[in-house]
Amino acid sequence: MLDDFFIRALIAGIGIALVTGPLGCFVVWRRLSYFGDTLAHSSLLGVTIAYSMEFNIAVSIFLISSLIALILIHLQRKTNLPSDALLGLLAHSSLAVGLVVIGFLTFIRFDIMGLLFGDILAVDKNDLIIIWFGGGLILLVLKFIWKPLFASTVNYELAEAEGLNPDRAKAIFTILLAAIIAISIKLVGVLLITGMLIIPTAMARNLSDTPQKMVVFSIIGGLLSVFIGLFSSLEFNTPSGPSIITAALLLFIISLLKIKQTIQLKN
Amino acid sequence: MSNENNILVKLNNAGYKQNNKWLVEGVSFTVEKGKIVTLIGPNGSGKSTTAKIALGFYKGIEGQVEKFTNKIGYVPQKISIDWTLPLRVNDFMLLTDKLSDDVVDEALKSTGVYHLKNKNLGNLSGGEFQRVLLARAISKKPELLVLDEPVQGVDFTGEIEMYELIKKISANLNCGILLISHDLHTVMSATDHVVCLNGHVCCCGSPTEVAFNKEYKALFGEQASKTLTIYEHKHDHVHTTDGEIKKN
Repeated sequence: MLDDFFIRALIAGIGIALVTGPLGCFVVWRRLSYFGDTLAHSSLLGVTIAYSMEFNIAVSIFLISSLIALILIHLQRKTNLPSDALLGLLAHSSLAVGLVVIGFLTFIRFDIMGLLFGDILAVDKNDLIIIWFGGGLILLVLKFIWKPLFASTVNYELAEAEGLNPDRAKAIFTILLAAIIAISIKLVGVLLITGMLIIPTAMARNLSDTPQKMVVFSIIGGLLSVFIGLFSSLEFNTPSGPSIITAALLLFIISLLKIKQTIQLKN
Repeated sequence: MSNENNILVKLNNAGYKQNNKWLVEGVSFTVEKGKIVTLIGPNGSGKSTTAKIALGFYKGIEGQVEKFTNKIGYVPQKISIDWTLPLRVNDFMLLTDKLSDDVVDEALKSTGVYHLKNKNLGNLSGGEFQRVLLARAISKKPELLVLDEPVQGVDFTGEIEMYELIKKISANLNCGILLISHDLHTVMSATDHVVCLNGHVCCCGSPTEVAFNKEYKALFGEQASKTLTIYEHKHDHVHTTDGEIKKN
């Protein structure tokens, strides 16, 4: 069964959606969408390093993204530049350096479109193991830091006063973000992974009145996007990443109708 | 110092420096079980900083801080909840601890916001939110309560009622309270020990001692000394927090 590329892509997509749901909620709540983008852009550099040194792609991306996150924290402390400028600086320069390095690696045949937008054909059995094992690990760690992370998302000082450790939770969350980007890059692509984190979550926000519901709806939205996206990718021969994100966008638009209804009910 | 065992937190000549500038220095006081200590002072006088020193937020402070309890309830000065986070009052109460429904209900009732239990935090008014914060702090049965301007945004009659409530909490839970306030009059009637700050300790003592202290008058004006008596007259009825009228 796993010999069929489409089944593999589907299993990979399900694994990714289960993880991006809860992580995406924190990205939205903590206003980290541009931060996620920066990590994703830097992952192209990770890919090129993996190719040139014949290294595992996911591990390489994970290391580079974590390194970029560390550099960002360092720059935030040392410079007077605002965070969004620093994020832009890191995102675009790491993307540029990644593309320049690709230019030098003429001896390797690169599917640049596949890297940027995801490739349904690229998922092999190894990737499935990485996605499900890595994804499980991410969720396990997230469950562990959930309380301090969530409490400090609501209010940092309250969490600290009540004996939780918000800074540690934040640092671990950053690593988890780098990890989900690393494992989902093949299917969704460098440019669109943040969309996978944010758009189903945005849809979920429109439908929920509690944080728990928002996480559940976000996972459901991600799963539906993967199903719809991958089937239409197969049907219309479109790249997998954009198809999944377009499906997510459609779901978001449908969820807007729900908001409109509740507003009308209130009036 | 009635009893050494009753001390919850003790500051000895404590201070905190940021960017080579003293935010506050040379502060000494103790908070004991069942006692209310109030910090007063103008804006920027280091009231919140002092509270945070007592809570142990800062690293590298001057002087000594000794804490004898870990059961601390804290109501921070300014807190805003993002609308991106769909959070009901009930979820907020359970944020850092698993509390039983009864405990949550009781705490919400005691600050008069039980009817808001399933409302979204983003839809509360400033005063309602302040009451929820206080309910949250006392639901944990703390030994030490640190309240940073707990009545801001609460309307005038509610304000007096809140201070009555704070007094009651201190008696019922037998907890020590470190209260920060800038409104002088209501505070004065509900406190055991007043520390008047202005970057350092201007004066301290019982409310009456402080009210007639020369430095206090210089800081707040002659009129401030007289506020002590303003609220000592009686009404024949009270307005409860949920808007009902009760006869005395």
